Amino acid sequence: MTKARALTGVGAVLTAPLRLVARAIDPPMRIWQRLAGQNGMALLFLAPNMLIFGIFVLVPLFINFLYSTTGGTAFFLADRPDVGLAHYQRLLDCRDYTAPRSCRDDMFWIAVWNTARFVFFQVGLMTLAALVTALILNRAIPGKGFWRAVFFFPVLLSPVVVGLIWQWILQRQGLANLMMVEVGLSPINWLTDRFWAFAAAVGVSVWAHMGFYTLILLAGLQAIPRDLYEAAEMDGTAPFRVFRRITLPLLMPNLLVVVVLALIRAVQIFDEAYVLTGGGPGTSTMFMTQYIYEIGFANLLRNPGLAAAASILMAGVLVVLTLIQLWLARRSAGAGAGGGRRP
Amino acid sequence: MIAFLTRRRGRHGDGRGWHWTDIATWVWLIAGLVVMFGPALWLVLSSFKTPAGLAEFPPTILPYAQETVAVGDQTRPLYRVTLEDGTVRELAELRRVGIVAQMVDPGAPEADPIAVNINDREPVRSISFATENYTEPFLHFDFFLFLRNSVFVTVMATIITLLTNSMAAFALSKYDFRGRNAVMLLIVATLMVPLSVILVPLYSVVAATGLLNSLWGVILPTVATPTGVFLLRQYMLTIPDELLEAARMDHASEWQIYWRIVLPLAAPALAVLAIFSVVWRWNDFLWPLVVLSRRELYTLQIGLNSYAGELNVQWHYILAMTVVAMIPVVLVFVFLQRFITAGIAGTGLK
Repeated sequence: MTKARALTGVGAVLTAPLRLVARAIDPPMRIWQRLAGQNGMALLFLAPNMLIFGIFVLVPLFINFLYSTTGGTAFFLADRPDVGLAHYQRLLDCRDYTAPRSCRDDMFWIAVWNTARFVFFQVGLMTLAALVTALILNRAIPGKGFWRAVFFFPVLLSPVVVGLIWQWILQRQGLANLMMVEVGLSPINWLTDRFWAFAAAVGVSVWAHMGFYTLILLAGLQAIPRDLYEAAEMDGTAPFRVFRRITLPLLMPNLLVVVVLALIRAVQIFDEAYVLTGGGPGTSTMFMTQYIYEIGFANLLRNPGLAAAASILMAGVLVVLTLIQLWLARRSAGAGAGGGRRP
Repeated sequence: MIAFLTRRRGRHGDGRGWHWTDIATWVWLIAGLVVMFGPALWLVLSSFKTPAGLAEFPPTILPYAQETVAVGDQTRPLYRVTLEDGTVRELAELRRVGIVAQMVDPGAPEADPIAVNINDREPVRSISFATENYTEPFLHFDFFLFLRNSVFVTVMATIITLLTNSMAAFALSKYDFRGRNAVMLLIVATLMVPLSVILVPLYSVVAATGLLNSLWGVILPTVATPTGVFLLRQYMLTIPDELLEAARMDHASEWQIYWRIVLPLAAPALAVLAIFSVVWRWNDFLWPLVVLSRRELYTLQIGLNSYAGELNVQWHYILAMTVVAMIPVVLVFVFLQRFITAGIAGTGLK
């Protein structure tokens, strides 16, 4: 609590000039209030945020469709010739969707399948690790706050820092290979081997984000009423049954939230994988967002329209995922409450 | 096997001593400690090594550097040499040809050099922190510029975020106007719009507003965070309306109510949002990468990434700069971690 007070104090000092400004603009605000009334004031309060929000989120969201149906390398819409659905046709032109080489835009499908594999392994491993960690942190261990902080630490690190830390550890003569040699194995080219680079991207991503999901699950576990466990213990219920009948159903809403968030973020994977491997070796760690970035901005054969079309397809996947998970969450929330009431 | 996962009993819970599940718990915790902190610790230790120390395999844990000694007007590397008669002396190397080194006693530099097989000697080393890894980038590279850009972006974006989000949250929580629900719905619906989905059109919008290659082009698109509005609104809903009504009785203007009553009362939520905003903006990568193409405008993250991508990677500088980039976040972690964990547990915000 003293920390909260100290922080507020710091805030008071930092905002002193702002408060002067606030006092100075009070008279014009009063005039506006007299002219426009309370509703007018509400609109005035909303205006700055909604203006920025409209310009930088809503407008892009809508003109994205216009970009995806126009061609050329210009960024101004007026300079872009209409190409209809050509970009979508190009992206979806495939003889066999599971074999990127048979597609007209093979890079896109390589990115799609890399992302799909990444999402599968990353979300699976991370949810499992976060669940185990949350269950362990929920036990009566000394120094609970400290241990929670330990697992949370990497969450705050920037993706560039995460990527560089692990690049340093996984380099040919790095700490990882030192350990391999110490335990009698031969060193591995972690970042230049197709398989290991992909595994490293998954592992590093799990490392960096696990703590966040652990916190959500831990909050869910702490909300489960203790007397349920006490009642189960008095009945002599087998531990596995307790886990399956009490912990799991009551944790299910949180578990689903975790899976939704993890899925949605994993589909967008870019930063730390890009810093760690740069998409390589070859295209083995090239993911969707990197494809959009490269095609839209970095590539010599820049094609913003194609990038926009790809981003709309990706948004479609994200929307579907969100809807499925919301539906699941609603259904299981009902089931969870019912299960809790059962004797 | 699931017993330890479900039971809330500690190892001292009923005096049974160590159950195997307690051992599994502690193995997991200790392994977590090593895996979560180890890499960052290794980064910090490595950042103090000289290029020669970094190239070593197997690497040492602490940063060592070979000692040098002044011979005449030159500094020479110092070695511990086992001579043919079995005595061990510390000699300085004058030059080396093949596997034979010409060495001399630094105490008697005028004496004839002794020829030594390089397999019979080892460098004299002591722990030494190569602080030049930190000072050099500041003095000779654009690192200071990057740091300044990052601080500017972080501070300005956070201030604007707090202002605009709190004003919007105030309107959405304390006024009943037509279209309020529509605005709320809009905000919730776009809560999930990720940057990568609107990358191309956002770039063109920023280009059209003339903010390309300007730090404001990095700041403005990020400040109207729906999460921030949402968090603040939920908090402001708990402020009793009677307080506002009393102020209106005293002829306070709506603007005064906002910044003299609601803002101070919402300070805890503002603090949480401020912490999050600082971490978000400090760590931002993809958007600055797209908007900024002039080197003198790079933020720390972009500058670091571009150094790491150069052909001759100078790891000793990169590691040191990575540590600097990590410092603000580590400070937040050490002092404000509780606010963040409480914020996440309460709202699922990140």
